[in-house]
Amino acid sequence: MKIGYYPGCSLEGTSKEYSDSLFAVAEKCGITLEAINDWNCCGASAAHSMNHDLAVALPARTLALAEQQGLTEIVIPCAACYSRLSQSQNELNDNYVTKSRIESYLDLKISGTIKLLTVIDFLKKYIYPVADQHVVNKLNQKTACYYGCMLVRPKEITVIERTEDPLEMEDVMKIAGATPVKWAYKTECCGAGLSVSKTDIVAKLSGKILEDAVSNGAESIIVACPMCHMNLDMRRPEIKKQINKDINIPVLFITQALGLSMGIAADKLGLNKHFVDTDTAVKCIIKKEA
Amino acid sequence: MHESSHSTEPKGLKGRIIAATGVNINQCYQCGKCTAGCPLNEEMDIQPNQLLRMLQLELPGYEDKLLRSMSIWLCLACDMCSSRCPQEVLLSKVMDYLRQESLRQGKVNPKAKDIVSFHQSFLESIEKNGKLNEMGLTVSYKLKTMNLMQDISIAPAMLSKGKLSLFPHKVKNLKEIQKLFKKTSEHKGGEQ
Repeated sequence: MKIGYYPGCSLEGTSKEYSDSLFAVAEKCGITLEAINDWNCCGASAAHSMNHDLAVALPARTLALAEQQGLTEIVIPCAACYSRLSQSQNELNDNYVTKSRIESYLDLKISGTIKLLTVIDFLKKYIYPVADQHVVNKLNQKTACYYGCMLVRPKEITVIERTEDPLEMEDVMKIAGATPVKWAYKTECCGAGLSVSKTDIVAKLSGKILEDAVSNGAESIIVACPMCHMNLDMRRPEIKKQINKDINIPVLFITQALGLSMGIAADKLGLNKHFVDTDTAVKCIIKKEA
Repeated sequence: MHESSHSTEPKGLKGRIIAATGVNINQCYQCGKCTAGCPLNEEMDIQPNQLLRMLQLELPGYEDKLLRSMSIWLCLACDMCSSRCPQEVLLSKVMDYLRQESLRQGKVNPKAKDIVSFHQSFLESIEKNGKLNEMGLTVSYKLKTMNLMQDISIAPAMLSKGKLSLFPHKVKNLKEIQKLFKKTSEHKGGEQ
């Protein structure tokens, strides 16, 4: 089975392990991911803060190329890229004037019919039905599933059912054998795009998220967004300065956690690429009972 | 979102926001949920619900106060406010409009300089490569802000973990990307 794939910039750089682990899980389940030829950056927070027209046009080019390539479905693992691509597609479909203008910039037609999938949509649709055959281990750990903003908001573009207390990632973690904890910060913002320009603010927000996860008994945090991962994993020294506490809880991409339960090697899942050591998560794996 | 078909453009900031975004600011009845849920309300100089009230009342000088505020740049676009609003006043769209208007009128709060420099460096990197080049972005941001030593300690670890590439990934059809930047910057400001 072949499905379209939009990596986005982070998955080619700072969050390569997210892409590696997604590919490893897909391969295990017999699914081929086909990247959109010559895709470009979605524009991220910078484009929609500075120039609305550009924020619609940048994703529009990628969508047009995907249509040309004959793709009907694309998985977009980065929650922020997913948000930009689907908001752009919605606006093109809702507003004929904007659509014609942007098509004229591109010299391309956009039908706006491609189905865009978050990593959760992808796992639900393609991995759930075959998970039983491939899950051989149990992730014997309490996990805090962290959604952040872009997987749950705005509600017009997500398929999450309960925006204030979503449970879709918990479902995935249960398949992997983990025990999801109840906690309060699962849809709070980590500070995202201010990571470089206002690091202190990001450290404060991310610190609250880590503290709440740990105080509710979590042994690892599960994420599905490279920005969330970077702030929660790489910003530990700055977080320590804000909350006066050392917190050592590892932060795993959802595909890494699922990959471990499928018996995929830790290195292949990029678990050696994190700033916070992931050993406790790797070593908690036990054989699944038959 | 809703481009006006009228030939006369609304004069006030409120009218322009409504025309460009379709967000009906007058629907807000000041329940304060937006402010209560905002992760950065403590840092903001104008609270989200106050900002909407100022737009509703249009008292003298309100435009300048909003366009020169720090709040519009601190807003993370996390969308908590919009998702909790009982009146569906999509504040994140209003914030995007206010940021762009603040730039157009040259009224960016001096304390927001680093935030704006980061966005600019980011977009320059995209215009040049079509994709983000973290190394190029970092150098350009440091030079713009003179925060030269910031994050220098994490660079070696990023490199050794293969998270930072020295050479930019590039889009093949760069001309198309550059055309998008040119055309969208020529497009009459504010229309969404």
